[in-house]
Formats: sequence, structure tokens, C-alpha cells
Amino acid sequence: MSTVWLIPAFPLAGALTNIFFGRSTGHRAHWIAVPALGASFLFACAVAARVWSGAPFTTTLGAWIVAGDFETGITAYVDNLSAVMLLVVTGVGFLIHLYSVGYMHGDPGYARFFAYLNLFVFSMTMLVLAGNFLLLYVFWEAVGLCSYLLIGFWYTRDSAANAGKKAFIVNRVGDFGFGLGVMWLWTELGTLDYAAVFKGAATLSPATATGIALLLFMGACGKSAQLPLHTWLPDAMEGPTPVSALIHAATMVTAGVYMVARSHALFERSGSALEVVAWVGTATAVFAATIGLVQTDIKRVLAYSTISQLGYMFAAVGVGAYVAGIFHLVTHAFFKALLFLGAGSVIHGLHGEQDLRKMGGLASKMPITATTMWIGGLGLAGAPLLAGFFSKDEILGAALGTEHLGIFTLLLAGAFMTAFYTFRLLFLAFSGAPRMPRDVLQQAHESPWVMTGPLLMLSVLTVVAGFALGLPLDGSRFAHLLASVFHPHEGEHASVVVLLSLVVFGAGGLLAFYMYRQSAVKPEAIGQPRTWVHALLLNAWYVDWIYDRLIVQPIYVLSVALAQVFDVGVIDGIVNGLGRAVSAWGAGLRRLQTGYVVNYALTMLAGAVVVVAFFLAR
Amino acid sequence: MSIGLLTAVTFLPALGALALTAVPRRLVEAHRAAGLGVTLLTLAVSLPLWFRFDGDSADMQFEELHRWLPSLGAGYHVGIDGISLLLVLLTTFLTPLALASAWHAIEDRTKEFVITMLLLETGMLGVFVSLDLFLFFVFWEAMLIPMYLVIGVWGGGNRIYAAVKFVLYTMVGSALMLVAILALYYQHGAATGIYTFDLTTLVRWVMPPGAGQSLMFLAFALAFAIKVPLFPFHTWLPDAHVEAPTAGSVILAGVLLKMGTYGFLRFCLPLFPDASVAFAPLVFALAVIGIVYGAFVSTVQPDLKKLVAYSSVSHLGFVMLGLFTLNQQGVVGGVIQMINHGLSTGALFLMVGMIYERRHTRLIADFGGLWKVVPAFSAMFLVVTLSSVGLPGLNGFVGEFLVLVGAFQVSGVLAAVATTGIIFAAVYLLWMYQRVAFGEIAHEENRRLSDLTPREWAVLVPVLVFIVWIGVYPSVFTGKTEATIAALLAQVESKAAVALVR
Repeated sequence: MSTVWLIPAFPLAGALTNIFFGRSTGHRAHWIAVPALGASFLFACAVAARVWSGAPFTTTLGAWIVAGDFETGITAYVDNLSAVMLLVVTGVGFLIHLYSVGYMHGDPGYARFFAYLNLFVFSMTMLVLAGNFLLLYVFWEAVGLCSYLLIGFWYTRDSAANAGKKAFIVNRVGDFGFGLGVMWLWTELGTLDYAAVFKGAATLSPATATGIALLLFMGACGKSAQLPLHTWLPDAMEGPTPVSALIHAATMVTAGVYMVARSHALFERSGSALEVVAWVGTATAVFAATIGLVQTDIKRVLAYSTISQLGYMFAAVGVGAYVAGIFHLVTHAFFKALLFLGAGSVIHGLHGEQDLRKMGGLASKMPITATTMWIGGLGLAGAPLLAGFFSKDEILGAALGTEHLGIFTLLLAGAFMTAFYTFRLLFLAFSGAPRMPRDVLQQAHESPWVMTGPLLMLSVLTVVAGFALGLPLDGSRFAHLLASVFHPHEGEHASVVVLLSLVVFGAGGLLAFYMYRQSAVKPEAIGQPRTWVHALLLNAWYVDWIYDRLIVQPIYVLSVALAQVFDVGVIDGIVNGLGRAVSAWGAGLRRLQTGYVVNYALTMLAGAVVVVAFFLAR
Repeated sequence: MSIGLLTAVTFLPALGALALTAVPRRLVEAHRAAGLGVTLLTLAVSLPLWFRFDGDSADMQFEELHRWLPSLGAGYHVGIDGISLLLVLLTTFLTPLALASAWHAIEDRTKEFVITMLLLETGMLGVFVSLDLFLFFVFWEAMLIPMYLVIGVWGGGNRIYAAVKFVLYTMVGSALMLVAILALYYQHGAATGIYTFDLTTLVRWVMPPGAGQSLMFLAFALAFAIKVPLFPFHTWLPDAHVEAPTAGSVILAGVLLKMGTYGFLRFCLPLFPDASVAFAPLVFALAVIGIVYGAFVSTVQPDLKKLVAYSSVSHLGFVMLGLFTLNQQGVVGGVIQMINHGLSTGALFLMVGMIYERRHTRLIADFGGLWKVVPAFSAMFLVVTLSSVGLPGLNGFVGEFLVLVGAFQVSGVLAAVATTGIIFAAVYLLWMYQRVAFGEIAHEENRRLSDLTPREWAVLVPVLVFIVWIGVYPSVFTGKTEATIAALLAQVESKAAVALVR
């Protein structure tokens, strides 16, 4: 048995321990959960070192579902791409576990929280390790379950329970497509193993490949919150903030990007499917950014930002720049986890306040949080030399290099908006005069080291990841690392891209500075819709409202009609009508008879006569 | 005359029932204990069937053949293959759990209840082991009576209506089936000179395709479709479930519905292969309608038991879809899904019964916030609900996915429509779960609920073990049944082909 299995095994063991013995572990649950993640990370490092210096390998634990020639095993496939993903999941996961020790301190569901969190890391590492599409599908749904459980963690709040359910159901809509894609794949190729599928992809007709690829992409739209299945992610902010950082920013939501990159042979066979991926990603990137411009809840700004940044990743893989997409996935995991954890630290320090309008001037109260969040924000906005700068430029360069001018332009506009909303958030939270009630301000405090430690770690990663991985510009170390997975892609590193992205970064930042630092916009006017465009953005383009009227309500009404009218009235009505007719007829017959027994015997006799007569007559 | 293992398993419960008649009725606890003891003994005796069953062989195993009514051509012929093996064990597994769940729920006429349940078990086992049409029909009808009593005597307020509806529905189907059995008997006799009800002899005969075969198929199919229940023959089910006591619901959902799907596999497919192929599109249509319709209707049910009952219509739609794909994936998926439904829905009914015993209501609106009061119950209920949702890693996924893979080979559109079922299942089950377990406690009465008792743990844990086991390592179970299904499909194919050549 390969040591690879130990990577998911530790968090699984941790989860089971805290599930079955949660009452005993209680407030000490982290003594199991955090070391489990640490061990998992160490083994991920070992496996990464092995596969980077060696070759990709496959290892099978056993057969899983077998029926006739349908055979799938519990198989892991490890190459440089999975190694990168494993490091991100377990590494960032470890930091977030550590952070949770402080953030969740004293919560009555402490052990349950760590059990779910461990279960998530188990599922996510299995998703990354999966060596065939069925296993991928299984853990694709399993991470969805963990997401459901963690979004609804504070289950007594109706909003949390609703958000968890919504996330699960919207994801199931995506998985409907994903599942059909997997079935179609097997029907065409007779196998679901990665190696065989990607080899066999060349034998598929482009139309079939397009169909399969788009169905799989439907799953990615659900999991990675892309249009039109993005609506669950903003609501998912109901979950505890470490959950938002780990699942809804750094890891799970990137599974769709990973899947498309992993299946690039299939998507390339189609060609047009990749175009769809690129355009959906671009549209989502811009769409979500527009909503992020006006949000007043600190976590919602970050949520829409995440949707938008995931759009950048899809745009990248859609134009064939897989390395750029995965690179952005990694850097985004660092700086967005940092931003969420920083937001959590602010919320923690303000005893639950999430409204940007009631913050301000916190830099002096929580200096570490403010500093690290500024670093994360600069990373996201694309400040020169930080991680996001490198990865976003690679995406823009690729869009330009592959002559996707429309995509390039839109993504550039998105970058401007990104810079704007990021600076807006930072100014509103940390600068200016405090806008919260006096008692909240007095009690505002910096978080304990167990929370700020991970913030500092992630800040370091945000600063160095760009240099470490993104250089040299023509053929970065990261591209070199993934060269065995993706055939080399010639990116455009025209200085015009760097120049333009610096311009939009500066412009976005300055505009935010003028509006919110110089208070061109009065604080009390924030979040008050002044124009219809503003109202449209505040209401997230009314997508939820449209879905409710167009899908949810009609189905509900139809269900009520079927249950209360059709089933009871029509179907059962016919049955009862028949029953009444027969009993009326029977009552008529009964008048001829004196007792039930005789009646019954006579019926039997008559029946027997008919049967015998039938066969004699033949 | 030696007694074979299958006979012993089948008649042990009836023997126990006979013995219990001699025990005075005031010894209530003795009856309960003895009932549980007998069913556990039956389970123990049935276990060697599993271990000694050769999964690589498609033949009938543990066969017993005795002269019974030679002048009629009816014999006592029993045996099991990979399909009936699973169903026999499901029956011996669920019956003790059902009895244990009724420990405090049935206070009235305990003696009669235990005896009835034991007779019911013999009837059900008889159906699954019979290899003679006459014997099969006897068991099929005999099992109706105890089920009728369980609903009609120990049921809820509207129990008489529900019980009569159940019996009449079933009788209509079985009357036609009886005619078809006789027609088959005479046709086979006329064609071969051998007048027999023996199934193994009958299936070797290639019946000419045509109106005769179609009519017989339809007569059998109606009887089984009512039992499944296939849309639109399902309206007896919600009534029966709502009125039946928990133990009755568990057996009804867990085992009785499987008699319908089993009947299609055991009789319709091999005896009437041409008609089965010809009518497959009709079955597909009804099955996917059932999947979607059952889900929609479930969504808005205010009563937990009704919700679960309609979800059965949806789940059994998957089974029927799988069986009629007539490919290995679809049929294996269908068979596994039969077992899965028995476990998951059985467990759902058990848990609804447990909460009913505490609150004497099954209305979803009367709950809310239960996780806070009864966390263990709620956690177990969540696992069972998710198994019904078809979450990967639990049993439901394995069956559903194989069925859908099978359906996709028939038609992508068919598979697509059926797959919408997985979305709707999440909708109605998670919404139900949310209203029961999440939120604040909305009703004062719910604050004092007690969590699972040791007896309830003992009832639930075995089911949970299999829910996880089948989800994680299904090949243990599919392995026993693969060869049987491959042979069955080959038989259907060759017979249909032979008939076409003529």
C-alpha cells in the first residue's frame, strides 16, 4: 500500500475520532484535528518530493463498483499537478485548522466543527488523488456534503440552514450534468480511468467530445460557482469564517478548475467546449466583480471576489493557459484565505460585526490583522511583485497571446474593478474614523497568536509565491514544474500587458482612495441605492429573485397540484370510483344470497367454470 | 424425507408462530422475546446460505424438490440464485429489526401481533424461494393475509380503508396473474405434452411471440407493477404506510415492494422475453415518470410517513428502469437498489416510528430544532436521509449510478430525465430534514424529548453498518449476483433471438 493513502487517512481518522468520541474530546478536539492535518501535510510534502523528482504513478487500493465490464477501482493517480493541489489543500488547510482553534474557541459544537473540517480535507485530498472519473465524482459530491454541513454549522439559524441546503441543491444541478458526462464517457470509451480516457479522447468525434466536456463543465460551474450556478456561494458565507476561507475560497471551489485542467485532453478534442469555458469564466469574472463593487458585508465582498477570481481561472484554462490557471489557483488560495481569515479576525475582534459601514479605523486596534490584510488585499488587487500580480498577468498575457481580444479587454476591466473593491474594503475597514458604537470600539481587540500566526504565514506566502514560482517571466519555475502535465504553452509577456495591468491597478486604487479614504462618499450613503444600476448591483442582478419566480415557485405550485389534485383527485379518484362501482355491483349480487360464505363459494365456482370452459373450448 | 436449509429457513418462523399459540396471552413479554428470538434464529440459520452460496455459479442453489400435487403438475420446488439470495437475507435481516422496533409500540394483542409477523415472514420467504408457479402463487396470496391484519388491526385511525384498499389492489393484480399462470400451464402443456408449474421447466420452453405472450406478460406485469408500485398504480401505498404501524411499514417498504420487482426479474423477463423487450419502452416511461412524479409529490407532503412513502415511488422507479435496460449494469444496479431501498427506507420508517413514539405526531410542522435536543437521533437520521439522497459513499449511490449507466446505454435522453431525480431527491429530503432537525425549537413539547435508547441503537446500528458497507465496498454484494444476472440476460437474449428466427 502506497504512503499516498496516508494523506487522506490522517484527516479521516481525525474526523472519525471526533465524531464518535466528540463528547470526550470536546474543547480539546483540536489536539486531534490539527496534528492530523500536520501529518497529512508532511506526507503530502514527501509525496510531492517523490513525484517531482520521479515520474507520475498510479496506485490502487482495491476494486470498487464492478458490474459486467463496468469496472472502477479505488485508484490514486499522482503527478505534479496533483502534488501541487495536495500541498495547497493540506498546507493552507493546516493553517486554517490552526486558526480555527482560536476562532471557534468556546463554541458548543467545537468537536463537531473539527470533525467536519477534517472530513472535508479527507474528501478534498481524495478528490485530488482520484485516478478515475467515478472516484472524482464521488469525492466531488463528498466535498459538497462537507460544505453543506459546514455552511449550516450554526444550524439553529434558519439563514444558515437555508444556505447549506441551497449550496447542496445548486451543486446537485451541476452534478446532474457531471454525472451524465461520466455516464456518456463510459458508454463511449468503456473506461473511466484517467490515462485510458485521455488517450481515448482522440478517438471521440468532436461533437461527442463537446457534449461530454460541456456536461462535465456543468459540474464545474456548480462546484466553482460560475454563471449561472453561482448563487449559492454568497449565501455560503453563513458558515463560520474559517470554512469560508478553506472551502469557499482556497480549495473546494477550485475543484472545477482542477477538473477542467486535468481533463484538458478531452476539452481540447472538442475545441468549442474550451471556448465556452473561457467565455463563461470571463463573463463570471466581470459579472461578480460588478456586484463586489457595492457590497457592504465584508464577507460578501470577498465572496463575490472569489467568484470573480474563479472566473479568471476558467478564462485561463479556457484559452489553453492551464499553467496560468493553476498558478492563479495557488496564489489565490494564499491571498484569499488570508483575506478571509483577516476578515474573520476583524469579525472576531468586533464580536460578530460584519458590516463594513460599522467598521473603520481598526488599524490601530488590530495592527497585525490590518497589516496582513493589506498584504492580502494588495495581492488580490494585483500590486506589483506580489503573488496575484504574477498570476493575473499570465492570464491576461495568455488571453492576448491567443488573440482573445474580447476576453482580454473584459478581464482587464475586471482587474480594474478588483482593485477598486479591494481598496474600498481595506479603507472602509481599517482607515478613517471608527463608525461602530463606542462600547464595541472599546472592546475591539487584536486576535490571539493562534489566529494571527496563520495570517502572518499566509502573508509571507503571498509575498514570496510570485517571486518563487512566477519567475523568470519567459518560462516560469511553475510552468517548468507542470511541463510534464501540460504541453508547453507560449504565453505573451508583452510589456504592454504589464503596463496596462499597472494602470488599472493604480486607477482602481486611486478611485477607491478618493471615494472612501477622502470620503467623497459619505459613510451613511454607502449601501443606499441611488441609481437603478446601483440597485441592480446591490441585488446581485436579481438572479436569485428570477430563479425563485421562474424555477422554484412554479415547481412548488406544480408539486402541490400533483399531490393535492392529481394524485388524490384523479388517480385515486379513478381507483375509488372503480371500487365503488364494484361494491355497488357486489351489493346487488348480495341481495340474491343469504350469506358471505355462500356468495364467496358461488363466485369461486363461477370462476372455475369459466376457466374450465375456456380451456375446453379451445 | 430430509429437510433442506431453505425449507428450514422458510418455515422456522411459522413453526415459531405455531408454538406461540400454546403460550398464554398474558405473558406479553414472553411473546415479544420469543418472536424476536425466533426471527433472530431464522437470521442465524439463513446466514450459511450466504457463506455457502457460490457466486460464480448462475445455477439455482440449495435446491429442494419434493412431490406435492403430482396430478396437477405442481411440486414443492425451492431454490435460490444470486438474486433471491439477497432478498431472502434482506427479509431475515429486517424482520427481527421490525419486531424489535415494535417492542413498546404494540401494546394491544401482542400475542396475535407476534404470530402474525412470524407468519408474514414465512410468506415472504416462500415467495422468494419458490421455483414452482403454483407454490409461488400460494405464498404470494398467503402473505397478503398477515399484512392485511397488520394494517387493519394494529394500524392508525383510517386503517380499515387502507387495509381493504391494499388487499383489493393486490387481489386485482393477482387474479389476472392466476389466469395467466393457468394459460401458461396449458399452453406449455399443449406444446410440449408436459403439464407442469415447475419454473425451471417452463423457462426452458421458448414461447412463440405474439398476442398470447403479450397478454400473459401484461397480466403478470400488472400484478407486479401494483406491488412495486409503478406509477400510476401507487395510490394504495401512501395510505397503507400512513396507517400501518412502524413494523408494518418497515416490512412493507423493505420487503413487500421488492416482491414486485423480483417478480419482473424472476418471471416476466425469462418467461416472456419478446414481450419484455416490446413493452420495455412503456416500462421506461412509467419508471421515469414515477421517479420525477414521486419526488414532486414527496416535496409537499406534510406527513413524514407520506413523504417517505412517495419517495419509494421515486426510488422504485430507478429499480424498474434498471431492470428493463436488460444490460448488466442496469440490472445489477436495479438489484442492488432493491436492497438499498429496503435498508434506507426501512431505516427511515424505523426512525419516523421512534420519533412518533415520543411525540405521537408525524407532521413535519410539529418538529424543528431537534438536533439541539436529540443530537444522536438527528445525526443518525441525517446519515439515513443522505443514504436515501444517494450520496456517494453510502449505499444509494451505487445502485442509482449503475442503473443510470445502464439507462444511458439505452438512451441518453432517458438517462437524463431519470438523473433529474437526483436533484429532486436532494430537494425533498434535505428540506424535510431541515424542517425536522435544524432551526430553533419551535414547539415546547420537543424540549423534553429523550435521545436514542439502547434498544433503538441496537435496531439502527445494524442497518447503518450495511448502508455504509454497500456504499464503500459494494462488490461483496454485487459479486454474489453478477453471474446470475449475466445468465439471465443471456437467456432473455437467446430466447428472444430464437423466437425472432422463427
